[in-house]
Amino acid sequence: MDDGLVLEVRNITKRFPGVLANNQVNFSLYKGEIHALLGENGAGKSTLMNVIYGLYSPDEGEILLDSRSSDGLKPVEIRTPHDAIRHGIGMVHQHFMLVPVFTVTENIILGDEITRGIALDLNTARENIRRVSQEYGLDVDPDAIVEELPVGIQQRVEIVKALYRNAKILVLDEPTAVLTPQEVEDLFRIVHQLTERGVSIIFITHKLKEVLAIADRITVMRRGEVVGTTTPQETGEQGLAAMMVGREVLLRVEKGPAKPGEVVLDVKNLSVADDQGHMTVRDVTFQVRAGEILGIAGVQGNGQTELAEGLTGLRAIKSGEIQLNGKVVPAVNPRTLVEEGMAHVPEDRHKHGLVLEHTIADNMVLNTYYQEPFANGLRRNPEAIEKNAQQLVKEFDVRTPGYLVAASTLSGGNQQKVIVAREFSRPIHLLIANQPTRGLDVGSIEYIHRQIVAKRDKGTGVLLISAELDEITSLSDRIAVMYHGQIVAVVDPETTTREELGLLMAGAQLETAIPAGGAAPDNVLHS
Amino acid sequence: MIVLGLVLVAILYGSIVNLQITTALLASAIRHSTPLVLGAMCGLICERSGIVNIGIEGQMLFSAFIGFLANVYTGNLFISVLIALLAGALLGLLMAFMSVTLRTNQIIGGTVINILALGLTGYFYTAGLRTQGKLGPIPLGPLADIPLIGPVLFNNPPITYATILLVFIVNFVLFRTAWGLRTRAVGEHPRAADTVGIDVYKMQYVNTILAGAMAGLAGAFLTLEAVGSFERGMTNGRGFVALAVMIFGKWSPLGAWGAALLFGFTTAVQTQLQFAGQVQIPHQFIGMLPYLMTIIVLAGFVGRSRPPAAEGEPYTKE
Repeated sequence: MDDGLVLEVRNITKRFPGVLANNQVNFSLYKGEIHALLGENGAGKSTLMNVIYGLYSPDEGEILLDSRSSDGLKPVEIRTPHDAIRHGIGMVHQHFMLVPVFTVTENIILGDEITRGIALDLNTARENIRRVSQEYGLDVDPDAIVEELPVGIQQRVEIVKALYRNAKILVLDEPTAVLTPQEVEDLFRIVHQLTERGVSIIFITHKLKEVLAIADRITVMRRGEVVGTTTPQETGEQGLAAMMVGREVLLRVEKGPAKPGEVVLDVKNLSVADDQGHMTVRDVTFQVRAGEILGIAGVQGNGQTELAEGLTGLRAIKSGEIQLNGKVVPAVNPRTLVEEGMAHVPEDRHKHGLVLEHTIADNMVLNTYYQEPFANGLRRNPEAIEKNAQQLVKEFDVRTPGYLVAASTLSGGNQQKVIVAREFSRPIHLLIANQPTRGLDVGSIEYIHRQIVAKRDKGTGVLLISAELDEITSLSDRIAVMYHGQIVAVVDPETTTREELGLLMAGAQLETAIPAGGAAPDNVLHS
Repeated sequence: MIVLGLVLVAILYGSIVNLQITTALLASAIRHSTPLVLGAMCGLICERSGIVNIGIEGQMLFSAFIGFLANVYTGNLFISVLIALLAGALLGLLMAFMSVTLRTNQIIGGTVINILALGLTGYFYTAGLRTQGKLGPIPLGPLADIPLIGPVLFNNPPITYATILLVFIVNFVLFRTAWGLRTRAVGEHPRAADTVGIDVYKMQYVNTILAGAMAGLAGAFLTLEAVGSFERGMTNGRGFVALAVMIFGKWSPLGAWGAALLFGFTTAVQTQLQFAGQVQIPHQFIGMLPYLMTIIVLAGFVGRSRPPAAEGEPYTKE
């Protein structure tokens, strides 16, 4: 770590129309160091990394890199990713840059191919990949097809891809977002192996726990500026959160014990298929009672999306039965469900939550526009719609210049507040919240969590689907773990550790998985 | 596989019963397959690089016409073929410009090319232009004397030979060279290609232009090798059948060749049946055969093969 600087960024400023994405940003990286870059979405972390990786050119400032001669850093120009690669910078993007149908070898050599004559020399390439992966202790099968590999291994392929190009500086962009807790541990082990071999790591994240667990230094960004640089020894979660948000935040949701009442949602043997016809929800049975939060934990892509769509009438179910308030819900008809008192905070707020081009006021009556007082027969009642918007904007603290601007102009957090305002302001019995805080800043997360708990306390049944383990454990009264389309266990958050949940999410069967307390018999299914 | 087996059995049976007719049938199958496999290769090179090209029909028709005009005015068949290739490449450039630079919807871009070609050739064509002949067969020495195989495979005009050669060349380039690897990466996940320093737009431009030249060669085949003259709308849907051939062949040149031979064979059988006149079915129904084949193949096989993941979506750099 004291081998000297390998990268220094000085006074980087990057403007986009109307936004100052990076303002006089300074950042440095030592050899063999893990330097975490922490900040909320939109804080400017990605902009800074894209500048370093040559995807954006900065308006001001300079980048200095180790020039391989002994006399320290030299300013360099990085105009394209190609330049960055040439200077030994590798990047593992949050969404992997791998061609799913290619083999590991083909993906790694892409753009940097070895040829014999005009033909590809895959044998030599394979040998080189074996050598690199052995050197850094990263085990990958060069002949595996990438799409058939688990996500954690795909990430490993990405890392090998960077090392194959002689990366000495590795940028990991939100590397843990798609991993199970066990895979995260593997990743941390790999990262340490890399730093021991002299690779320097920039670790971008918004997760406080991870930063404290792995970083040597932490730089926090907020609104395009560096707030400060610290170390895990000097600070804790609270301190980091305050730096990120700019004020004290409540990290743990305060909630009393649940008072479960009647069953509001009764799902029996539900199976749902995805667009390709694969049965991604298989024979799922569970209940949600009034006044409780049932959390569905699981790694993304284990059927949660189809489950939520099946329950909310957005996708036809293949078999099984759904009862809402004791009534069998017939076919696909979201409007009936809305009228029965079901609220839905969808996973993708842009696609299913809002009509981005419409005004905030219209979005707030998106599922009640045809009812009194928003419509008189066929005619809309703009006054009532605007009055409703005015009230909700105030009540739910939506930061907006007005309620007649398009929803697309709001930040992610405020867009989500518009949806929450619309869904929570109706009299509802059941709330289905799918990834309600994905991509939001700490402040908005805190707010939405409080709202969900408040709804529960008023007697709403809540089905919370989330891939964020922290969100699940801090909000849920019971946790159902979903793996490969099935609910593999229902556990009590008080008595289940993160490790146990992680194992369940990865498909392991726990003998200790106990049915959670409650009047109704819960199902502990083993796949 | 089953279809292929049946065809082989039929050929064997046929050559025992009547060698002459079978030879004529197979030679005709090869002839009919040539523009289809060229069109299919045009389509698959585009789609492998992420561009859906439904303008093959127009590219073929336009280059057929330009090649024909070149033949009328220069009288040099070799130069005429080159000019037809250029005409196809030119429309390939137009396709690339629309879909890469302007980010036009690619279906609309292809339709523009089809309508443009139909309009231009229809407007400028005047009946009665005299051509200076067409490309004739070149027997490949003693190989051409082998019974059945000789006349079918080794006694063909130059574009037919070139096509068979091209099938193997394109197959090699696509699956065994760096250029091919990059092309397929661009068609599957352009951003991944971009992040390792591959110029996505350049790949798409070059490939779409080269693919256009393939369609141009198909056009040249029609006017300079098969018929020797031009008539309005003479491509007669071959560009679209080529798309079916491409899909049936699973976006690989060798697969497309097999598929095109099957279609060519169906067409040949159809012609033969009409010609023989022994079957008591109205000729319209016999004429339907190749198109019926297209529908059956598309309905039965499309679901099972997977197109390049990023085709049809204009790529935008960040």
